[in-house]
Amino acid sequence: MKEPVGTRGLILNEPFLWERGGKGRTGYSLPRRDVDSAPLPEDLAGDGPDFPDLSEVELVRHYTRLSTWNYGVDSGMYPLGSCTMKYNPKTNERQASLPGFTGAHPLVPSELCQGALQLIYELEHSLAHVAGLDAASVQPSAGAQGELAGMLVFAAYHRDQGKARSKILIPDTAHGTNPASAALCGFKAVSVATGPDGVLVPEAVEALMDEDTAGIMVTNPNTLGLFETHIQAIADIVHAKDGLVYADGANLNAVMGVVDFGRAGVDVLHINLHKTFSTPHGGGGPGSGPVCVVKRLEPFLPAPRVVKSGDGYALSEDFPKSIGKLHAFYGNFGIMVRAYSYIRTMGNKLKDVSQHAVLNANYIKEKLKDVYHLPFDVPCMHECVFSDKLQEQHKVTTLDVAKRLIDYGFHPPTIYFPLVVHGAIMIEPTESESRENIDQFIATMRRIAREAQEEPALLQEAPRNPKVRRMDETQAARKPCLRG
Amino acid sequence: MKELSEVNLPEDVRYTKDHEWARPKGEAFQIGITDFAQDQLGDIVFVELPETGDRFESGDEFGTVESVKAVSELFMPMGGEVVAINEALEDSPELVNTAPYTDGWMLEIKVGDPAAYDQLMDRAAYLDMLKGLEE
Amino acid sequence: MRYLSHTPEDLSIMLQAVGVRDLDELFSTIPDDCKRENPLDLPEMTEWELNDHMAALAGRMVSGADYKVFAGAGSYHHYIPEVTRYLLSRSEFVTAYTPYQPEISQGTLQGIFEYQTLICRLLGMDVANASLYDGAMAVAEALLMAIRISRRKKTVAVSSLVNPYYRKVVETYFKPTEFHVVELPRREDGTTDLSGLDRIDDLAGVAIQSPNFFGCIEDLAAAGQAIHDQGAIFITCFSEPLAYGILKAPGALDADIVCGEGQSLGIPQSFGGPGVGIFAAKQQYVRNLPGRLVGQTVDADGKRGFVLTLSTREQHIRREKATSNICSNQSLCAMAAGMYMAALGGTGFRELAALNRDKAEYLKSALQDAGLEIPFAPATFNEFVVKFPDGFDQKWQALLQKKILAGIPLVCYYPELANHYLLCVTETRSKDDMDALVKEVQS
Repeated sequence: MKEPVGTRGLILNEPFLWERGGKGRTGYSLPRRDVDSAPLPEDLAGDGPDFPDLSEVELVRHYTRLSTWNYGVDSGMYPLGSCTMKYNPKTNERQASLPGFTGAHPLVPSELCQGALQLIYELEHSLAHVAGLDAASVQPSAGAQGELAGMLVFAAYHRDQGKARSKILIPDTAHGTNPASAALCGFKAVSVATGPDGVLVPEAVEALMDEDTAGIMVTNPNTLGLFETHIQAIADIVHAKDGLVYADGANLNAVMGVVDFGRAGVDVLHINLHKTFSTPHGGGGPGSGPVCVVKRLEPFLPAPRVVKSGDGYALSEDFPKSIGKLHAFYGNFGIMVRAYSYIRTMGNKLKDVSQHAVLNANYIKEKLKDVYHLPFDVPCMHECVFSDKLQEQHKVTTLDVAKRLIDYGFHPPTIYFPLVVHGAIMIEPTESESRENIDQFIATMRRIAREAQEEPALLQEAPRNPKVRRMDETQAARKPCLRG
Repeated sequence: MKELSEVNLPEDVRYTKDHEWARPKGEAFQIGITDFAQDQLGDIVFVELPETGDRFESGDEFGTVESVKAVSELFMPMGGEVVAINEALEDSPELVNTAPYTDGWMLEIKVGDPAAYDQLMDRAAYLDMLKGLEE
Repeated sequence: MRYLSHTPEDLSIMLQAVGVRDLDELFSTIPDDCKRENPLDLPEMTEWELNDHMAALAGRMVSGADYKVFAGAGSYHHYIPEVTRYLLSRSEFVTAYTPYQPEISQGTLQGIFEYQTLICRLLGMDVANASLYDGAMAVAEALLMAIRISRRKKTVAVSSLVNPYYRKVVETYFKPTEFHVVELPRREDGTTDLSGLDRIDDLAGVAIQSPNFFGCIEDLAAAGQAIHDQGAIFITCFSEPLAYGILKAPGALDADIVCGEGQSLGIPQSFGGPGVGIFAAKQQYVRNLPGRLVGQTVDADGKRGFVLTLSTREQHIRREKATSNICSNQSLCAMAAGMYMAALGGTGFRELAALNRDKAEYLKSALQDAGLEIPFAPATFNEFVVKFPDGFDQKWQALLQKKILAGIPLVCYYPELANHYLLCVTETRSKDDMDALVKEVQS
């Protein structure tokens, strides 16, 4: 193995903001005062917030030091399964920071915001085209709100058909947001067990689907990294009872240019722009969770919608069946600009993206399956799921393997998910990594497997290199300290 | 996690399939979770309990117990009215880990039908059930 | 393609290792009738072409930089200090995921812990979460939380002077549920009429915005009293948090939940998003909060550090019983807000807030002196309503040609308020801008 990426380095401590500074310092330049003071009536006036006063230099040191305690995609490989931590192109940031976009008030008349309306219109069309569906709305702020939009569409559709339904089928491999979003719409989640090959079998759906069930939520490819091969048969069963099929597109990065979700029988699909379409995760957000639908569900999409009228674009509220508004304005527009830039940059090479992502995952799977247990040894999509079964005998767990990877300079994979695999290690390399990086990751994982046998303490006590070691999460939850 | 032989199963309580225990205390019964249950859950960080005066049927969910990354529901071994809750658990949920049958008790209930107690599993029956789970 | 690094040689080595002939064979598990019949058909641009194309799109936008925008209504043009923009662009913050691995996420975690702290101090509250999507969704979540706290009540009330867009989102969130939303009427003076509160049965919570959509500062102390008298949760919301630089904090007025939009705190308007949904509450409701929370703890060596905590509330653990379905939030925007509050400091924040109020008062008086009516008397912060003479809508259009946006017409939201416009003045508008506006509306 080449020299590890992870190494020692000088890490600087940094106190809280309020442990720095001194009264009267400032990091801000106020505009010159050109009007008289007009104080509030005394009974309304408060004392103002108790914020620390810092100089600009202090501010810069503070946040620069904090930033060095983080690991981002720009730092190194981030094989976090189902999160699609791909490279975030820098030109996207440039486009999103154009003053015409950043300085735009959302309530100006439509003739004064044609650029943004055109971008939204074209982005929605491009997303629907990639999905193989007929229409899209970019209003949902993140994946979970996209799911909520989808579930609201389900509820609205059934109300429109004259009968509200109370249940929804959700496979046991689903992300927790699926049942949570369904519950917000008043649907009772009914769990569908995954079949022996890691995919849903039509019989399991047939047994549960009835006329009080609104439909099914399927993540496809699923969280085991497998394509739901029976999706069409499942869709037929659901449609036969006038149910709808929702696909969670968290894993769309595997199948762009390959799968046509419309042909597969999917009625609604949500997409994460912060996964598949390269917008940065920002340490947890903001994201954007567009929802795509088939023609007959288009009337239910969130409003307002951008419509084309002549040469121009306008916002229209004229959708009486719409589920309504999900965001105060139109969603996370700044994120849409980045995704749009990415789509225009990639063009039809989005298919290459999926091909390389799938190749990388299968390559890792083949190169690690002799040292880590592979519960489903079949061709995978863009991620592969191992477990800690072979390491158990050495009293080494998935958590230990993950933490040891940190010492070697890699971000850990997703762990303990999906729940159906005990001690799951879910690896999604994305298309962004070069063969050398992937080989280095594989060599590191193999070295860790060897360490687990020979010197398990190295794993159990990992990580040692970062600013802090394993955290006492029990104390954090027992005696919550949520502010300074 | 403990081996079955290490699990503390006192003789003076009765057990349920959901891993609660009950013990007569004067006119009422004390309720908690078993040593096996607390060991499976790991470090307990929060216990959510009902209010005194609440009434439940046998098998009803009466609260939850949380570790850092899991939540488990608590079920009534017998139907009745809550007459006391263990307020010490609010600040010290770890009592459920350290003393599940004593300081880590959760509720005291007044039971409509005290004979229901005799329907619960004794130590031997519960231990048999746990052995079944192991296999 | 510069984002993909595999050469033909790489591909051939890797395909061989996987045991397939070509890239297409990787997708052999996908049934043919699920595959596309036609290939993708998307335009592809070089970086040069993209720059031109995007500049053209951005050029067809009105921005606060070249127009005199006197509009707020939930999106505010404030100056963003270069230092916060610069620091926020550090890729360690931008390109990191949710801090599930705390050992290598301490930067985000401490930054968000500081954000939570400063938000608590700003609003006078005990706990704040790590952010929600936006102000509208925050209000919806607050109302759902009030229902959870009440355990069995099914009705909430919302002031008709809460931002109309927030009320629409509330409607969307509540439509499929068994719960009811009652709208509270407004009084003639532009504040919320709470007199009918005692006639609403089963009331779990009430949301009041202050400053409200008309810019008027509500009597929150009286509102809190009236709402608590009904045994309901007192929710206050806002779209302009800068106001709390000089206003009494809602926490000091006994609010149970305080929430709203934080775009004003160093985040560009960006055609309405991304901003940041701020959400804070009293300590006793901490286990009912939606969204992520960062907490302080220690590591294996006893060193101070931070983790995501109380996660059992959240969807990845509690699934359908979670307090909310939110997963991704607006973390980077919360970082921006933290940086912005720190850049201003307590002193600067107060001064900036005062300047906003002073400028708005200047314009208000100047318009009054010009003979225009200010229909609502209560004190305001940086927004207020003006009643213009009949036919002003044509003048308003004509002013657009002169690059002046003279407020937002209220008639779209309150049909009875013809000729009423909501005007906003921040620190970015100069006395000259305001004098020009007054001169124009007089002519």
